Amino acid sequence: MKRLIFFRLLQAIPTMWVIATLTFFMTRFAPGGPFDAEKAIPEEIKIKMEAHFGLDRPLLEQYFIYLHNLLQGDLGPSFKYPEWEVSELIATAFPVSLTLGTFSFIIALIIGIPGGMIAALRQNTWMDYLPMSLSMIGVCLPTFVLGPLLIFALSNQLAIFPPLGWYRPSDWVLPSLTLGLFYGAYITRLTRAGMLEALQQDFIRTARAKGASSWRILTQHAARGGLLPVVTFLGPAFAGLISGSFVIESIFFIPGLGKFFVTAAFNRDYTMVLGTVLFYASLIITLNLVVDLLQAWLDPKSRQSR
Amino acid sequence: MTSNPPSSSLGREAWSRLRANRMAMISLFILIAIALISLLGPLIAPHSYEQQDLDRIFESPSKDHIFGTDNLGRDLFARTTYGGRISLSVGLLATLVSLLIGVTYGMISGYAGGKLDACMMRMVDVLYSLPFIIFVILLMVMFGRNFLLLFLAIGAVEWLTMARITRTQTLNLRRAEFVEAARALGFSDTRILFRHILPNLIGPIIVYATLTIPAVMLLEAVLSFLGLGVQAPMSSWGSLIKDGAEKMDAAPWLILFPGAFFCLTLFALNFLGDGLRDAFDPKSSKEP
Repeated sequence: MKRLIFFRLLQAIPTMWVIATLTFFMTRFAPGGPFDAEKAIPEEIKIKMEAHFGLDRPLLEQYFIYLHNLLQGDLGPSFKYPEWEVSELIATAFPVSLTLGTFSFIIALIIGIPGGMIAALRQNTWMDYLPMSLSMIGVCLPTFVLGPLLIFALSNQLAIFPPLGWYRPSDWVLPSLTLGLFYGAYITRLTRAGMLEALQQDFIRTARAKGASSWRILTQHAARGGLLPVVTFLGPAFAGLISGSFVIESIFFIPGLGKFFVTAAFNRDYTMVLGTVLFYASLIITLNLVVDLLQAWLDPKSRQSR
Repeated sequence: MTSNPPSSSLGREAWSRLRANRMAMISLFILIAIALISLLGPLIAPHSYEQQDLDRIFESPSKDHIFGTDNLGRDLFARTTYGGRISLSVGLLATLVSLLIGVTYGMISGYAGGKLDACMMRMVDVLYSLPFIIFVILLMVMFGRNFLLLFLAIGAVEWLTMARITRTQTLNLRRAEFVEAARALGFSDTRILFRHILPNLIGPIIVYATLTIPAVMLLEAVLSFLGLGVQAPMSSWGSLIKDGAEKMDAAPWLILFPGAFFCLTLFALNFLGDGLRDAFDPKSSKEP
């Protein structure tokens, strides 16, 4: 286990370097610059601004300066909002995205795991068909269709929840629901498939022969193996939550990191783009590691193969 | 692993199994219908997809505009079917790109085995952990909304799983008797790969491709929804849904029709993919 963590962290270093390098040169070779958008800026001021941020130096020199600062944990100031450090901007915007992601995830698990378990236990009855049909619809109803539909129904027509913004807790409901239902549908299907496979194992038959109740069999014996596909899905699901949050934040006008990132890319805010990408990357790498550890804990077989 | 029957009869067997699957056949029918409407729609529509008519904005569906009109008086039927062409072709082309990369990579890795295989798969693992969606968004924002770039970027993201599946299959086939026989006859590796191994991979490749198309279309729609995909006056289902969502109160049909087409396509593709998997690999579904 410790070996796994050690090697993963070791591997993360070159990965992060590749990401930083790729993003650095991609942003720089793209047409346009951070001070092009405002036509009002006179030429001399633009040159001064570029000199202030070191943009007049050779590209390679800028690259090494950036890496040097990065190693000291300094992401630099935002080009668009020079009074802000990139790390400060991330610290303001990320908690919003995190809240959205966490609530969506809880909703997805609350819907998905019981739904899938019931469907697996009562296979080929209406209690199987109903959640399965609903989840198929859920999987095929992308967030950017579901979101506006929910706004239309629950906000415009019934006026239960506010349609947009991120001020009060009641604002959180619709965005979290939109993202959560989509992943809930996925998790339902995965849980059902995993549980069906687990319920066929010999040790389940033994437990049943010994007269254990079906509830006990489900929670004590089958769940551990049956939820493996769900755990494996958590890694991609998290990456999906991030990309999903871009869409959700744009539908519901939420000031989260996804919206900041897209705006920064449009504005050619080099440091902000780089900082956000590196932040997302480290987040995903960490979460993948956590998922792998969880998997190793649940499934002894995967421990040996590593 | 027992020797496989020749691919033509495997295909025929799979087809007969697929025909027995009612949901899959309905899905196939829906897909063909949507493809035909998208192909022919812009030709038979009385209005072009970009023709504006500012006297007739936000008109609800009528005989003249069967899907209604948008905020610039453009015919939604023409725009939806035209958008279908774009969305479907992005789905198909990007899947093709990901297939070409993934299958080649996976076959080489699985067939070579040993250190090269371990190295190549390690690289796939590392790539899996990268936040690709972020790079795709970055690419689209920074380098403009180039149509070619769009599906190259999407295809480059989606090849990883294909490579893994192909590699596992190739690894199994490598030790099959007919491959050893071919090797004993002195055939070159390229010939063995393309004449003997590839035909046996067709099943899983078709199944996974069917499931990749909806994933790709979803990604394209997300990009278009963020305003990074197809640009006006051109349309794709994603960009139409975006416009429709903004004007939902004034004209709900603007999101209804493109949304329905898009969801129905995803629905049908997923069902067809499931059906194909059962047809090509009956073992996986026969369990009680």
